[in-house]
Amino acid sequence: MIAYIIRRLLYAIPILIGVNLITFLLFFVVNSPDDIARMQLGAKRVTPEAIEKWKAERGYDKPLVWNAAAPGVAKATDTILFDKSVRMFALDFGRADDGRDIALEIRSRMGPSLAIAIPTFILGLFVTVSFALLLVFFRNTALDVGGVVLCVAAMSISGLFYIIGGQYLVSKVWNLVPISGYSGGLDAGKFLILPVLISVVGGIGASARWYRTLFLEEINKDYVRTARAKGLSELHVLFRHVLKNAMIPILTGVVVVIPLLFMGSLLLESFFGIPGLGSYTIDAIGSQDFAVVRSMVFIGSVLYIVGLLLTDISYTLVDPRVRLK
Amino acid sequence: MFRPVFLWSDILLWAMVAGCIALAVYCRRQDYLRRAWRRVGESGVAMASATILAAFVSVGLLDSLHYQPRLPAQEGSSEVQYAPEVLSALDALVADLRLNKEKTYSAPLATHAFAKETMERDGVQTRDYPRLKWGGAHLEEVAGRDSDLARRAASGAFYGLLLWAVVVGVAVGWMALARGAPYGATCRTVWRPDTATTRPIAWRAVFVTLAVLCVIGGVTAAWAAGYHVFGTDKVGQDVLYLSLKSVRTALLIGTLTTLVTLPLAVALGLIAGFRGGWWDDAIQYLYTVLNSIPGVLLIAAMVLMMQVIIDTHPEWFETAAERADARLLALCFILGLTSWTGLCRLLRAETLKLRELDYVQAARAFGVGDARIMARHILPNLMHIVLIALVMDFSGLVLSEAVLSYIGIGVDSSMNSFGTMINAARLELSREPVVWWSLAAAFVLMLALVLAANLFADAVRDAFDPRFQWRARRILKKVAA
Repeated sequence: MIAYIIRRLLYAIPILIGVNLITFLLFFVVNSPDDIARMQLGAKRVTPEAIEKWKAERGYDKPLVWNAAAPGVAKATDTILFDKSVRMFALDFGRADDGRDIALEIRSRMGPSLAIAIPTFILGLFVTVSFALLLVFFRNTALDVGGVVLCVAAMSISGLFYIIGGQYLVSKVWNLVPISGYSGGLDAGKFLILPVLISVVGGIGASARWYRTLFLEEINKDYVRTARAKGLSELHVLFRHVLKNAMIPILTGVVVVIPLLFMGSLLLESFFGIPGLGSYTIDAIGSQDFAVVRSMVFIGSVLYIVGLLLTDISYTLVDPRVRLK
Repeated sequence: MFRPVFLWSDILLWAMVAGCIALAVYCRRQDYLRRAWRRVGESGVAMASATILAAFVSVGLLDSLHYQPRLPAQEGSSEVQYAPEVLSALDALVADLRLNKEKTYSAPLATHAFAKETMERDGVQTRDYPRLKWGGAHLEEVAGRDSDLARRAASGAFYGLLLWAVVVGVAVGWMALARGAPYGATCRTVWRPDTATTRPIAWRAVFVTLAVLCVIGGVTAAWAAGYHVFGTDKVGQDVLYLSLKSVRTALLIGTLTTLVTLPLAVALGLIAGFRGGWWDDAIQYLYTVLNSIPGVLLIAAMVLMMQVIIDTHPEWFETAAERADARLLALCFILGLTSWTGLCRLLRAETLKLRELDYVQAARAFGVGDARIMARHILPNLMHIVLIALVMDFSGLVLSEAVLSYIGIGVDSSMNSFGTMINAARLELSREPVVWWSLAAAFVLMLALVLAANLFADAVRDAFDPRFQWRARRILKKVAA
C-alpha cells in the first residue's frame, strides 16, 4: 500500500509538469508579456518605456526559457519559465499584479472557503444519499416517479437561479439572514447558513438521480433477498446493506472533490461576498490578474491529483477485496 | 434590398444541420440504427421534448440568416450603401419588438412606465407614471387593457389552433397516404394507437405539444403586437426579443462545441485503445493533464488569453457582429478543448474491449490494415457512445454558458445570451419595487430548453444503450453546485 502511494505520488510529477507547461504556454507564449502589458495598461498609445517598466516590476522582463546573457546556471534559472512556473513546485507563487503575496492571500482566504465548503459537502452528501434511498424505498410507486421528475427538473435549472432566488426569498422577502457578508468566529454562522442550504438544494437533483440508479442496481441482488428473508426491516436493508455495497461508485465521484473543497465555490462566494478562494479567483479573472489565475490552476491540479489518490485509498476502506499494488 | 452576411457561426450551424440530415438519411438505411431511433420515437416524453427542441432550433436557425439592409440612396450619389448593423431573419420578423423601445424598465404587459417622471399637464408640473411609447399605446382608455388583452388572447389562441389544425391535418394526411389507410382510420390510430399489439411512434405526444406551443405562440404574438409581453429592461429593450435572440447563442454553444470535442475524442480514443503502447501512454498523459486542471479555471485561463488576442488585433474584424461572433466561436472551441477528455476515456476503454473480439481478430488475420479496421469495424460500434455523450452534454453546455457569462468569461457582452441577461438582471431583484421579469424570462426559456434536452437525452440513452452506466456528466458541475 505504501509502495503504491509512493508510486502514485511519483506519477503525479509528470502530470504536474504537464499542467505547468500548459499554463506557461497559455500565459506567456500565446500572448507575449508585451501584449499583456499593453492590455493591462489600457490605452493603445502606451509608450515602450511604460511597458518595460510594467514588465520589470513584475519580473516579466526576462527571456522566456533561455537567458543567454546570464552566467552559468543562471542561464536556465534567470528566465520567466523558471521564475514563474518552476518555482510553483515549491509552492512559491510570487506576487499578484497588485503586488500582494499570493501565498499569504491563499492562507488567509482558505478559512472562509472551507467554512462554506465542508458543511455543504457533508450535509449535501447526507441529504442526497437519504433522498435517493427514500426514492428507492418507494420504488415503483407514484412517489418515486414524482421524485425522479423533480430531480430532472431540479438539474435543469441553472445554479445561478438557485442562488439569486434563494437570496431574494430568504434574505430579502423573509428577512431571515443577512444578504451577504462574512465575519470570523461563531458569528459566521448566520452568513453561512444560506449559501450552504442553497448549494445543498441546488446539488440534489443530479446526484440523487444518479445514486438512485446505483441503489436500484443493488436492490435485486441475492444478499438483499437474504437480508429481507432474515426478517430485517426494509429501512435496515437499505441503509445497512444496499448503501454499503453501492459505496464504491459513490466514492468515485465524492472523494475526488474533497481536496478541491479548499478552492471554494466561485459563484456562491462572489454572490454572498465571502472572502474565500473562490471569490479571490473570480476577482482575479475579472481584473485579469494572470499571476493569480496561474497559481489557482496549479493548486487546483495538485488538489485534484491528491483527490484521485484518496479515491483509490478509500476503495480499500469500503471494499476489502480491493488491493492496491 | 439587402446583402446577405455569412458569419462563421452561421455557416457552421447550417453545415451541422446538413450533417444531421445526412446522418438521418444514413440512419434510415441502417436497420439497427432505425430500430434504435424508433425506440426513441415510441417514448411520449421524448417526442414531446423533441417537439419543444425543434421549436427552439427553428428560432435559432431563423436567427442565423444574417443580412445587412440597404440604406436609402443619398442625393446625387449612385453608390449603394449598406447599414453597418447586421440583422437576421428573426430580427426582420419581430421588427416591432426590436424597434419599439421604451425609455427604461416597464413591467410585462404594462401601459405605464415603471418610474415616475415629471410631466406637464395643463400647464402644471406633476410627477406621474408616463404612458409607454409602445406598450398599450393603441388604447384610448387604460382601463380597457384587460378586455383588450383577453380579446387578443382569444384571437391569438384561435389563430394558433388554426395553424395547428392545418399542420396536423397535413401531417395526418401524409401519414394516411404513406400507410395506404383511410384518413379517418389514421386519425383514430394516431390519437388512440393499438398499444396491445404494436409499439407505435408517439405522434399524439407530438401533436399535443404542438397544440400547446401553437396556443402559447399565438397568444404571445397577439399580445406582442401591442404590448411588451415580458416587459422591458433597463435600457428599454423588449425582454421577449432579448430572450428570443438568446436562444441562438445557447444552441450554438451546445452544438458547435461538439465540432471540436468529437474529432479529438474519437480520433485519440480510437488510436489510444487500438494501437496501445507508446500511443496509449502519450494520449492518456495528455488527457490526464487536461483533466486534472479544474474545468472552470482552464476555461478561464484560455478565455482570458483569447481576450488578449482579440483586443490586440482589432483590425481582424470589420463589424461588431463579426467580433462577437469570433468570440463565440472561440468560446465553443475552448469549451470543446476542455471537455473532450471524458468521452475520450470512455471510447478508449470501449476500443480496448472491441479490439479483442473475434471479428476484429479475423479482420486482422485477413491482413486488413489498422486504419481500415478502425474505420470499418471499431468506429461503427462506438457510435452509440458518441451519440449519447453528445446529447447528454448539450444541456450541460447550455447551463455552463450562463455561469461563464456571469463570471465574465462567456460570450461578448454585446451578444444576447441567457448568461448576459441574468448577469444584467442580477441586481434588479434588490430594486424597490422588484424588477423580476428579465430573470423570469431567462429562467422560463432556459428551463424549457434544458429540461427538454435532458429528457430527450435520457430517452436517447435508454434507446441506444440501456445497460451502459452514464454518469450525469457536467463540465461545470463543481461550480454550478
